[in-house]
Amino acid sequence: MIRPIPALVLGILLAAGAHAVDTEAPLSDPMQQERYENLIHELRCLQCRSQSLADSEVELAGELRREVRRLVAEGQTETEVKAFLTARYGDYILFRPPLNERTWLLWLAPALLLTGGVLLTWRVVRHRTRLVSDDPEEFDAGDRQP
Amino acid sequence: MKFRFLLPAAAVAVLCGALWYGLSAIRGGRYDPQLIESPLIGRAAPDFVTENLLEPAQPISRAQFVGKPFLLNVWGTWCPGCREEHESLLAIAKETDIPIIGISWKDDRQLARDWLAQLGNPYRVVGVDPDGKIAIDWGVYGAPESFLVGANGRILHKRIGPMTLDLWRNDFVPLLATGSGSGRQ
Repeated sequence: MIRPIPALVLGILLAAGAHAVDTEAPLSDPMQQERYENLIHELRCLQCRSQSLADSEVELAGELRREVRRLVAEGQTETEVKAFLTARYGDYILFRPPLNERTWLLWLAPALLLTGGVLLTWRVVRHRTRLVSDDPEEFDAGDRQP
Repeated sequence: MKFRFLLPAAAVAVLCGALWYGLSAIRGGRYDPQLIESPLIGRAAPDFVTENLLEPAQPISRAQFVGKPFLLNVWGTWCPGCREEHESLLAIAKETDIPIIGISWKDDRQLARDWLAQLGNPYRVVGVDPDGKIAIDWGVYGAPESFLVGANGRILHKRIGPMTLDLWRNDFVPLLATGSGSGRQ
């Protein structure tokens, strides 16, 4: 017997996957189609912000997909297409912003936080260890039996 | 360790200060997280050649406005903010000699003509952008948007959202005197 809840969840997931926003026929060159697919997943829809061009149904996303498709069909590389769009819309259109003078803190923040956390943990652990080993009571109670 | 809580307390205080600063900037209108800064500010205004909405026989191009400042306004009859700013555009057109160029963005030509006939026409010329290609070149992501282009052909300023006469006087006109682009939007 099929259990209803997991079946429902699976059904919803499958339906979500089957729902394609981009209804255009694939480009004739499979390499170009792959490049196009990669790009539209890497580019942000400017109106819905948290969706990619591939996921968004708003008109502007459709027009930007069309531009990306045109540039890819002209033989432009991923870098060139991204440059075309960032020249107009800024780095915000990229889901992965480039590392530059404005974004270094953003990119380095995880490493800095991790280093800070490790240092703090190390200090606390060392401090507590010293407290334990310096405590004479512990030896008095157990080990030093006459 | 008498002061062991001092460091965390200081960290929380700094965090509160930073949040307060950010939120008060949003509330005071000095910072809008919804705005996307345009990389085109200070750059040469993009070219365009397109059909004239009101006089289809005479195409419109960027080249007709070389050497003179102009205000480019992207609008559509489907856009509530454009209806909101229309009175302001009429007032600006009355107040200044600087031409306002309209770009009718993804709109029905007849609806756009009716709109101008009914509400008044603040534009020197209106170009049509039925498939949004001009808008993409100008980095437009939502209407209305207004760009001030200086006599040097560079974009000096961009307003995302409805124009007002006050914005025109305070944020746009002073830039024409200096000719230098603003970082703010």
